[in-house]
Amino acid sequence: MMEDKLKGLRSKRRAQLAIGLFIGIGFGFLLQKGGVTRYDVIVGQLLLDDFTIFKVMASAVISGMVGVHLLKSLGLVSLHPKPGSLGSSALGGLIFGVGFGILGRCPGTAAGAVGQGSVDALLGGVVGILLGAGIFAWGYPRIEEKVLRRGDFGDVTIPEILGVNRWLVVIPAVLILVGLLFWLEGMGT
Amino acid sequence: MLEQFEMDLWSPYVVGAGIGVLNCFAFLLSDRPIGCSSAYARASGMIERAVRGPKVEAKAYYRKFEPVVDWEVMLVAGVVIGAFLSASLSGSFRMETVPPLWRERFGPDPILRIAAAFAGGVLLGLGARWAGGCTSGHGISGTAQLAASSWLAVICFFIGGVATAMLLFRAGG
Repeated sequence: MMEDKLKGLRSKRRAQLAIGLFIGIGFGFLLQKGGVTRYDVIVGQLLLDDFTIFKVMASAVISGMVGVHLLKSLGLVSLHPKPGSLGSSALGGLIFGVGFGILGRCPGTAAGAVGQGSVDALLGGVVGILLGAGIFAWGYPRIEEKVLRRGDFGDVTIPEILGVNRWLVVIPAVLILVGLLFWLEGMGT
Repeated sequence: MLEQFEMDLWSPYVVGAGIGVLNCFAFLLSDRPIGCSSAYARASGMIERAVRGPKVEAKAYYRKFEPVVDWEVMLVAGVVIGAFLSASLSGSFRMETVPPLWRERFGPDPILRIAAAFAGGVLLGLGARWAGGCTSGHGISGTAQLAASSWLAVICFFIGGVATAMLLFRAGG
């Protein structure tokens, strides 16, 4: 019954575009209220002076991880882990990191920064990200062949690698993240 | 209630937990995780098509990520609107070109800041598509799903980011 309703909703194109917009509005609202659309907060995290980014991300991972796996156990959602490889995830991740450190925003927080009036995030950041994505699309066939396939491990999840039930990873992961957050608060950062 | 919306900053834990809940809604209502960077690839394809014509659609990458307005493009548009609402309600909306921390280290020149932001943006866009996701798709959604690719990518995002920020702000005193 519930599954059929969800299936129907997921196949309606206009409704889906509206849902994407509304989730985006909520996401942007929260990012701005969290202060994480600010250059100083992001670079403060990368300089290990201000742990706001870590606190927001860890909390989002904790609630998302518990929620998504509960919904999965109820049979209401499917997981969509992204495929990865050393050439893609590690090298791409490092290139991203250098850009992250210079721009002081990521693709999501750059969009949020535009909404709060950050001119550098619009004229520099968003324009740059669009060009960077375009350069990747232009080079994609060669990058794919020569780099992205190196050290391919597919769309595997950590519980699948370990060969254990999902909850045997979810619960310890949540405990570790909660422990780290308490430790950070204890340090007064 | 309205007072909450007019506050400048919320607790990072409330904000993070809320983002995780939104991610659950994305899975439940749309059968997909929250992500941002593929929207930039599609938008880039749409701009290129407007300039160079429909032959752009033949590129292998745009056959994979069609240059059309999809769920994620709407999400990124929503992020701009949501952040604008939040900043307007708290009175923190402000046109700013040079962030305070940047000004302290590199001075008030807006051209220098925009040029640096542009260079950073190019690497960010390139790296996000290279890694197949950004701080949202890998950092928040992929990690929550316990995807191996996402945990590796997010660790590399922060290794690259911390090294770059330290080099920019701590090198040479």
